[in-house]
Amino acid sequence: MRNKLILVLMVLISFFLQCTLMKGIAIGGISPNLLVILCISAGLMMGKTCGLFIGFFTGLLVDLFYGYYPGTNAALYMYLGFISGFFYQIYYDDDIKLPILLATAGDFLYNFLIFALLFLLQGNTDFFFYLRRVILPEMIYTLVLTALVYRLYYKIIHRFMRVKFKDSDSLWFVK
Amino acid sequence: MKKKRNIRMKSKHMIILMTILCISMAAGAFATGISGDSARTVVGYVIVPFEQGINTIGNWLLSVQDNFQNVKKLAEENATLKTQVEELTVQNNELTQNQKDLTRLRELYNLDQEYSQYPKIMAEVIAKDPGNWYHTFTIDKGRDDGVNVNSNVLAGAGLVGIVTEVGSNWAAVRSIIDDDSNVSAQISETEDPCIVTGNLELIDSGKVEFSQLQSPEGKVSIGDRVVTSHISDRFVKGLLIGYISEIKQDSNNLTYNGYLVPAADFQHLQKVLVITDLKENPREEDQNAQ
Repeated sequence: MRNKLILVLMVLISFFLQCTLMKGIAIGGISPNLLVILCISAGLMMGKTCGLFIGFFTGLLVDLFYGYYPGTNAALYMYLGFISGFFYQIYYDDDIKLPILLATAGDFLYNFLIFALLFLLQGNTDFFFYLRRVILPEMIYTLVLTALVYRLYYKIIHRFMRVKFKDSDSLWFVK
Repeated sequence: MKKKRNIRMKSKHMIILMTILCISMAAGAFATGISGDSARTVVGYVIVPFEQGINTIGNWLLSVQDNFQNVKKLAEENATLKTQVEELTVQNNELTQNQKDLTRLRELYNLDQEYSQYPKIMAEVIAKDPGNWYHTFTIDKGRDDGVNVNSNVLAGAGLVGIVTEVGSNWAAVRSIIDDDSNVSAQISETEDPCIVTGNLELIDSGKVEFSQLQSPEGKVSIGDRVVTSHISDRFVKGLLIGYISEIKQDSNNLTYNGYLVPAADFQHLQKVLVITDLKENPREEDQNAQ
């Protein structure tokens, strides 16, 4: 129960930090994406199923509050968490290179899909403009933020949640 | 302790199940137009106070900067005056528009019709869209304060956007520079209709596009005021959108397109005014009646 509560709090706090603080430190209108980092971290530290659920609820919050079709962001973040869960077994605790690599790749994937699903289909075909002006800056900014924030997530999860996650564990089995 | 459940889903089954859930949610919302209103209200109660808190801290930090030379009083006074100036500017714009309309209507119909003064409430911007693709933001006033979906939002001198989602104590506003935004507009002087569209590709210049302007040649020029049109079904009439900065003829030689400089300052949005009156619209009344 306590662990679940901590996960819920992590999702909520990350969400409102993303909507306030991250927007406050935006450079040139581009802010880093803390939610991608959260989903990637969850998948890496707690396995596929847990990453999947964290991603789903994070995305659902975004969908509900900002007028996307419910399910779009939920599905995107869910897959980020799920895919990073594949690296759960081969990941070392003190290694920060893999999380950074995954978060950067995940951010690119997320933005590329948003572009493909929501922008390209509306006839905005100038992909390279968006790549240069939105996707790449956000990737770089997220990369830097991962280096700073990942350890924090790591500490929260490992300090407050004394539980050894199995890959097959879903959130519902976390006590 | 509760007995462990026997059914243990594998993660790959789970992801397939959840994907289907996501798709059906999107399809359901698309088909019915309903999207988790109760969930939104509940989560709103949890998140909005935090956002307001963070916003208060941010504002406090800003004011600490301001108070560097112990001018707290002045800053406070300044804030109230600024609010007043914003309201007065909006009022003034309306009055200018009113005056022109009044003259025209008197001329045409020998009638004197007046705009109702739109009732407005002040709201604070407390959060923004988490991604970088859309220009949507959250304000700290909601259904309880009289804000509704399709309420128009103003700041400073001009139109900022329209409410797209509303909870009991918050509302999401899509700004006119958002890529999904379309506003039915008209040139203030000539009353020629056009469409004002946001475009993310103009992120650096901060402008918005207009298109499908039908106007006799030479009538419309750079610097002309563009306001919301009377044929719009969501925007109340006569709100200032911006000024024309660039105009070119379309290849069909009939219509014009170009760019506007928005009257509102989107870089420094802190306080906005929400018009609590909706544009009267029979279709909406039908929907409400159902």
